[in-house]
Amino acid sequence: MSANLTHEETEALIQEVLEVYPEKAKKDRAKHLAVNDQEVEQSKKCITSNRKSLPGVMTIRGCAYAGSKGVVWGPIKDMIHISHGPVGCGQYSRAGRRNYYVGTTGINTFGTMNFTSDFQEKDIVFGGDKKLSKIMLEIEELFPLNKGITIQSECPIGLIGDDIEAVAKQTTKAIEKPVVPVRCEGFRGVSQSLGHHIANDAVRDWVLHNRDNDAFDGTPYDVTIIGDYNIGGDAWSSRTLLEEMGLRVIAQWSGDGTLAEMENTPKAKLNLLHCYRSMNYISRHMEEKYGIPWKEYNFFGPTKIAESLREIAAFFDDTIKENAEKVIEKYKAEYQAVIDKYKPRLEGKRVMLYVGGLRPRHIIGAYEDLGMEVVGTGYEFAHNDDYDRTIKEMGNATLIYDDVTGYEFEEFVKKVKPDLIGSGIKEKYIFQKMGIPFRQMHSWDYSGPYHGYDGFAIFAKDMDTTLNNPCWSKVKVPWLAEDEEDVSVAASA
Amino acid sequence: MAMRQCAIYGKGGIGKSTTTQNLVAGIAELGKKVMIVGCDPKADSTRLILHAKAQNTIMEMAAEAGTVEDLELEDVLKTGYGDIKCVESGGPEPGVGCAGRGVITAINFLEEEGAYEEDLNFVFYDVLGDVVCGGFAMPIRENKAQEIYIVCSGEMMAMYAANNISKGIVKYANSGSVRLAGLICNSRETDREDELIMALAARLGTTMIHFVPRDNIVQRAEIRRMTVIEYDPTCSQAEEYRTLANKIIENTNLNIPTPITMDELEELLMEFGIMDVEDESIVGQTATAE
Repeated sequence: MSANLTHEETEALIQEVLEVYPEKAKKDRAKHLAVNDQEVEQSKKCITSNRKSLPGVMTIRGCAYAGSKGVVWGPIKDMIHISHGPVGCGQYSRAGRRNYYVGTTGINTFGTMNFTSDFQEKDIVFGGDKKLSKIMLEIEELFPLNKGITIQSECPIGLIGDDIEAVAKQTTKAIEKPVVPVRCEGFRGVSQSLGHHIANDAVRDWVLHNRDNDAFDGTPYDVTIIGDYNIGGDAWSSRTLLEEMGLRVIAQWSGDGTLAEMENTPKAKLNLLHCYRSMNYISRHMEEKYGIPWKEYNFFGPTKIAESLREIAAFFDDTIKENAEKVIEKYKAEYQAVIDKYKPRLEGKRVMLYVGGLRPRHIIGAYEDLGMEVVGTGYEFAHNDDYDRTIKEMGNATLIYDDVTGYEFEEFVKKVKPDLIGSGIKEKYIFQKMGIPFRQMHSWDYSGPYHGYDGFAIFAKDMDTTLNNPCWSKVKVPWLAEDEEDVSVAASA
Repeated sequence: MAMRQCAIYGKGGIGKSTTTQNLVAGIAELGKKVMIVGCDPKADSTRLILHAKAQNTIMEMAAEAGTVEDLELEDVLKTGYGDIKCVESGGPEPGVGCAGRGVITAINFLEEEGAYEEDLNFVFYDVLGDVVCGGFAMPIRENKAQEIYIVCSGEMMAMYAANNISKGIVKYANSGSVRLAGLICNSRETDREDELIMALAARLGTTMIHFVPRDNIVQRAEIRRMTVIEYDPTCSQAEEYRTLANKIIENTNLNIPTPITMDELEELLMEFGIMDVEDESIVGQTATAE
């Protein structure tokens, strides 16, 4: 186990890693790398974010289409999301995000299917309006239980100027269901982040007000879950806790979400926001337009769960506050058993993270509950308000890296020598080949849920089975392999 | 003789299509084999040769057939007056789709299907107005047109356009072998028009290859969907186009253009009295203030 670096050592490491860059790139990348200092109030003083990636550096970012189709809109299960443009964007991202849902796929839910206007040369040249309009009518005929359609623009749409808004309005009239045009062309913005914003704006402009004049049988305890994408069932293991403390979850999106829930969201008393980065826009809008307060929460690990449950309860009466305590108490034996079992196996292990929207800061507490320490973290597409929230969560002198490049990440890992890395599929095999235990923290590595008390048990088990897997001691490059091992192989042969 | 590929550019409405078809008729009259490739969604680059309203375009036919791959060359390549081969790229209605991509798709199709036969002496690309995007620069990319002729007149905007097009050519000239081959003055009967265009040509590092006078017979022929050369081979205007055709056949004066700045262009216009010296004191003044 390696000792943690001091502030000066971390600073020196950043300088060393920057050394190989040409002058201009060095100057740019230096702004995105920082040594954490909890004294700093505003992250803008130490880190720059949400800027264009440098060419040639192997960024790990996605595009605006990924932010809208993949993240915000895609999981709304009873709507059909058309990837408008050539076939690839939709097909290669199909069903890859593990946002679970209940329903019969192809009948009343459509989450894992790919609908596309499959552009050909002639659609580029003559425009895709007519084709789009036709496929929507076909969709309505083939999948009559759909609740509505969204049009997710791929890059060419922004170039050829298809009037998707006009087609949406026309089709809404024809099928009498909401049709939502989303201008999330991939080339817009610097990462998937702008796609989230564009998608939020589309929710605001085309959906949210649909039931404003409808009666709603509300209660004082109506809340919503916004920005939980139900990866591996995360939203389900979160929702139970809220319900157990006496709140009524009237909407949950977009993981396992429906159009009706989205439309009913303005009836809520409080919006509970899980992924701040991707859904803060719509939460702020509802605060302004409907006066609904919103509250960020964190359901990773018992410490953060208890903290969040209490903060949420503080919005309500004493009954709810008492219930929150009861819920925490109820699960105590369960989570304590998890800690007792795994903490001795994981204590003191050091973790480096590099993920997307909220996890680089939200999971820290869960690791700490297991006695582990996050020594480096960073975001693909964060803005500075995310880093403001991160500084306090990370220890002093730890590494913070924004839009980290493939090279930087590898070099940091070589020097910091973490015991575990949590990042995405593109990073996984590089680090595994370096002999470092790795977990995919976008998809939970085909596991999950990790939210809530139920999720914590799975999280702890996954970290243990990965970190303490005997395979790591066998991962050695042949030319460095010990002679004794060769001998033992020869002996057993 | 190797096949020569020429592209005709110029401000919209300047008479590119009419000039191209008349001069191509002149070249064909001399026994040369020529193909015209219309690169304009309006598809009016071949009507005088084919006596047609508008021929079926590559993109139209491709849309009908399903994909470009389903299309046969003989569906889109027509032969007209003087054995001139005619093809139109076609494209969308104004306001939809991407006409530039249509030009790229169409030219790729012609190449793949072998439209550029060995025995062709000339290919002429008649390209829509300005070089507005990459698609309309397709005819001057690698292995396509190497000679660019700009049709212009003594009107201010036509000259602006000629200068802008020259800028576009410079980009491709530096990376390939495309060259500016001359200005064709299609007269609008402005004052000292020939002198002005010759002066502009000199500034752009080229020459005015021919001054085509204005003659109503062009209109009369056009109504009959014919070139002047076919409609009235003995008239003087037919002789003008023959001269232009000959000059182009003989032309070896190919240059990388030297486009000028806005200020230089305005100076030139002022010199010829087309533009008044700017009165800075009136800029931004409303009628009441004056």
